[in-house]
Amino acid sequence: MYVRAFWGLMLRDARVLAREFIPFLLRTIMNPLLFTFVFTYVFPKIGAGISPGGSTNVSFATVIAPGLVAVAIFFQGIAAVALPLATELGGTREIEDRVMAPLPVSMVALEKVVWSSLQSIIAAAAVLPMVLLVSAEPVSVTVASWPMLIAVVLLAAFVAGYLGLVIGTVVKPKQIGLIFSLVVVPVTFLGCTYYPWAQLTNIRWLQIVTLINPLVYVCEGLRIALTPGIKHMPAAAVILALLALLAALAYLGTRLFIRRVID
Amino acid sequence: MTAEAQPLSLDLRDVVKRYAPDAPNAVDGIDLAVARGEIFGLLGPNGAGKTTTIGIATTRVKPTSGTVIVTGVDVRAHPSVAKRHIGVVTQFNTLDRACTVEENLYFHGRFFGMPRRTAHARAARLLESFGIGERSQTMVAELSGGLARRTQLACALMHHPEVLFLDEPTTGLDPQSRMALWDSVRGLRETEGMAVVLTTHYIEEADALCDRVAVMNAGKILVCDTPEVIKRNSGDGVLVTLRLREANPALAERLRTLDGVGAVDADEATIKVHVTGADGVVPQVVALAGTDLRDLAVAEPSLETAFIALTGRGLSQ
Repeated sequence: MYVRAFWGLMLRDARVLAREFIPFLLRTIMNPLLFTFVFTYVFPKIGAGISPGGSTNVSFATVIAPGLVAVAIFFQGIAAVALPLATELGGTREIEDRVMAPLPVSMVALEKVVWSSLQSIIAAAAVLPMVLLVSAEPVSVTVASWPMLIAVVLLAAFVAGYLGLVIGTVVKPKQIGLIFSLVVVPVTFLGCTYYPWAQLTNIRWLQIVTLINPLVYVCEGLRIALTPGIKHMPAAAVILALLALLAALAYLGTRLFIRRVID
Repeated sequence: MTAEAQPLSLDLRDVVKRYAPDAPNAVDGIDLAVARGEIFGLLGPNGAGKTTTIGIATTRVKPTSGTVIVTGVDVRAHPSVAKRHIGVVTQFNTLDRACTVEENLYFHGRFFGMPRRTAHARAARLLESFGIGERSQTMVAELSGGLARRTQLACALMHHPEVLFLDEPTTGLDPQSRMALWDSVRGLRETEGMAVVLTTHYIEEADALCDRVAVMNAGKILVCDTPEVIKRNSGDGVLVTLRLREANPALAERLRTLDGVGAVDADEATIKVHVTGADGVVPQVVALAGTDLRDLAVAEPSLETAFIALTGRGLSQ
């Protein structure tokens, strides 16, 4: 019964994204492109190639490829929900129109997360080939396990979406920029994006502390699926952690959204 | 099916809303019944609880207690079903800024399950009848207040609701836009047969548009009847409006003590005096005002006199 209303909401979001698809793609690619270009093209070419350390002999590009894909999913997933939502809940109260659609308020939130997940997946699909193309070093990426890849990408996209829902509901539009600088960027840098978690044994305290960072599990999960040669966390731990995070964030995000929207 | 057997458009029973445990009741046990095809007004000053009442009827506010039934649907138990039958135009411009005028209407139709072609066709018809056909491709952020409000109204009508809720529909509009909106609302009853529930703090709006008016103040409904009956029952009084050189609260107090004076509402340099007594009271009022008086008006019984008589305050506060 609510399917048509849900579909209607998706159509509206699709129209808005289609209108600004090129800017969306550019925004998604820009950061990972520059990073890949500098550290896996320029650095090796000028003789300053980074050695990933540890006991493996893969290139730095291979280590960061899953990490950059993970960041793209995460960052776009959060932004795709949080940024429009902060505006819609702000002065214009544009959220009213969506909430007055004939479906439960919780499904309005779900639609936002589902739509952002689609954008996350598009972002991932754009970043991985880009890394393969740009890097001067060899990138040994294979799909070792399709089920694992699909599971991690989907879980990551939804976790990011619900995290975006929490941020968009709680943070005022003026402070969104601040939150991105204070929270999202540190999460990105310390999410085992540029180094595998297993290699942090020399910085034990960091290895423990970063376990609260959801991005760590996404990166490790993508390493299991794409670059299995690198030592990684057990697959079961990754999946369980992501499922737990998804459950917690979905519950919290939905409750916060409903409370914000209905007096 | 006889008219009596059809469900009421809106049926509120003993509805209470308290926003915080120790706060006063924003809506304090109200009963309202709006019949099918009726244009019903909720008249009251800011803070009376009108917007909260509309919010409760339209699933946007959860009542603390009471029964809320819209076209036979229990709003508290089945909000998503209730939403199918109602259209809402809020005080604020809630149009989708990321879309054009036509897209706002079209997607609203799609939210309500209308197929693509039907939604486009209905959007085009509504845009024509509201005179915004030429602006259909304009982004809504560029619309003036009056056009935006008309677009919101057209949106709300896309899915053929049985009840239309308008919260302060002409606040902030210029006189022409306001007249145009009144005409649209009157026309709705003829073309769509729907009930309209509107809130307003403009007395002339309630008088001009509504079949019945509920006067609301501080969360309670003071009287609910046709405008004629309310005016009649406010007594034989006249409303004397004194415009002074400057505010004079002491004068307002002295006026209150006069025999034959009902309520006195002082708002800055304007004092409205409801005179209920027999002859001679009006000259006494004027005499008391003395040389401070800049201007004077005496008006027949109206909803405004009724309101001041009922609440002891003006609607402008």
